[in-house]
Amino acid sequence: MTETGPRPRTRRFEAMASSTAATGEALFALEDLAVSYGDFQAIGGVTMNISPNEITAFIGPSGCGKTTLLRCLNRMNDLIDSARVEGSVRYHGVDLYGPRIDPVEVRRRIGMVFQKANPFPKSIYDNIAFGPRVAGYSGDLDDLVEESLIRAALWDEVKGKLRDFAPSLSGGQQQRLCIARAIATSPDVVLMDEPCSALDPIATLKIEELMLQLKKDYTIVIVTHNMQQAARVSDRTAFFTVDVADEGSRTGRLVEFDDTGVIFTTPREKATEDYITGRFG
Amino acid sequence: MNRPAIAAAPVAVGRALTSRQRDVRGAVFRVLLLGSLLVAIGILVTLLVDIAARSTSVWAERGVAELLTAEMSADPARAGIWQAFYGSLVLMVFTAALAFPLGISAAIYLEEYARDTRVTRIINANIRNLAGVPSIVYGLLGLAIFVKLLGDFTGPNVEGRSIISGGLTLGVLVLPIVIITTAEALRAVPSSIREGAVGVGATQWQAIRHHVLPVAAPGILTGTILSLGRAFGEAAPLLLVGGITTFFSSGGAGFVETLQGRFSAMPVLVFSWARLPQAEFKALTAALIVVMLVVLLLINATALYLRNRFEKGMRT
Repeated sequence: MTETGPRPRTRRFEAMASSTAATGEALFALEDLAVSYGDFQAIGGVTMNISPNEITAFIGPSGCGKTTLLRCLNRMNDLIDSARVEGSVRYHGVDLYGPRIDPVEVRRRIGMVFQKANPFPKSIYDNIAFGPRVAGYSGDLDDLVEESLIRAALWDEVKGKLRDFAPSLSGGQQQRLCIARAIATSPDVVLMDEPCSALDPIATLKIEELMLQLKKDYTIVIVTHNMQQAARVSDRTAFFTVDVADEGSRTGRLVEFDDTGVIFTTPREKATEDYITGRFG
Repeated sequence: MNRPAIAAAPVAVGRALTSRQRDVRGAVFRVLLLGSLLVAIGILVTLLVDIAARSTSVWAERGVAELLTAEMSADPARAGIWQAFYGSLVLMVFTAALAFPLGISAAIYLEEYARDTRVTRIINANIRNLAGVPSIVYGLLGLAIFVKLLGDFTGPNVEGRSIISGGLTLGVLVLPIVIITTAEALRAVPSSIREGAVGVGATQWQAIRHHVLPVAAPGILTGTILSLGRAFGEAAPLLLVGGITTFFSSGGAGFVETLQGRFSAMPVLVFSWARLPQAEFKALTAALIVVMLVVLLLINATALYLRNRFEKGMRT
């Protein structure tokens, strides 16, 4: 990790750091996780470990709950009134849904990049500076903005126009800006929800290269509909599917989670094989 | 497909492409729509021209400044609109100072913080209904509460029929409109902006303060200022809470005394003058209405100007 970013150290996480060793290599430990919106259960029974400094990909058909699951990892589902989370998500051994957890602090450590690039309607500079500012960053903001943009492979394209209106950038640039914004707060983890779904192949390639660069310093969890993308960039792949009950309710479930090479060459489950070979549904 | 068909195809295609069918219903509908527009504009123009024509004698004999600064009088040759003009301005400031912060805050709470429960929905529906309640009902409310019940505070020397009572009544009148327009402006802010802000570790308040409110500001401003235009034109509630149209002295009083003193307002004066028998007052009424229209135009122009400025401000 670099030391340039803000590191709003909380006692809670610090105190729990020792227990990381106890849970081995897992950065996230999910146990029997289920998420419902009102009466509708979106995903259930997920138990898995996510390792640090790797890219973990969530793949599966639409409606299988992979985005919902991703949004549990930094308590983004809190924004939805009806969302209810059961089971546990442990991060560095700390239950993220424990009673004394501050979701704002969670999101400073676990950043997010959204499906549709959502730059703030402000300048490029202000887009990146916002996170560090609200985190109380005391260092040189100009340096931090520059470094974040360099890391997001956007600096060369925008260095002369940091005061320009961010939404006037191209789609691919906007998404890299959002990645720069996410890493400006020096998170440990970057969650990416189909970050390339609205981008052309060249912009997609740039973001994929960027992800491979970033995984040295960050843990990345990515939801993708693009199986080639999962195969190209991820170290581990989780395949989800959706079960349709008799009365028509659809609930997502984790089918198989393994090294990406295994998932794409010798999956254990027939459902996985059908999906990745295009024989699904 | 056989040969003749292929040979015939270009001819048929050519005929189909060139023979333009008259869309009779579409044409009729279009004429109807245009007619409605012309009728509406015609009525408006007639009113404006009529009022302007009736008021010309006043402008010619008295001049704008004289009419604006002359005080009220029963003598049409001396009667002016100063107290009513001043009264309306003070009422607007009072109304804005009361309704804007209260209404905008309430809307932010309802839209951004309150959970979507049955209670919230009932409150929202009721605010909508309140916006449609006739203004005379607000006048009755003001009379009962601000004039009678709180008279000792709102206007101890004038039995509660003071600027404060009038301003409070108008404030309550526009409050639901301010809440609704603000809520609508907030709802128009894409949720992706909130997610983006919260996603980089902003608290809910920081997301609202730095991202949601700036995006919603033009809409909030326009809506609230336009609601002020509504309050400006209301006569009925002010008649009930004691707007007067006879001569009274407002000179030499301090700030609090002015607010607790008697007041007049332009719509109330229109109502009063229009019923007077002298022909001169008919012309004066028309002149007063022209002044009101100009003020209303200025209010709307301000809303437009602020909106444009804010929208441009976001792009720098």
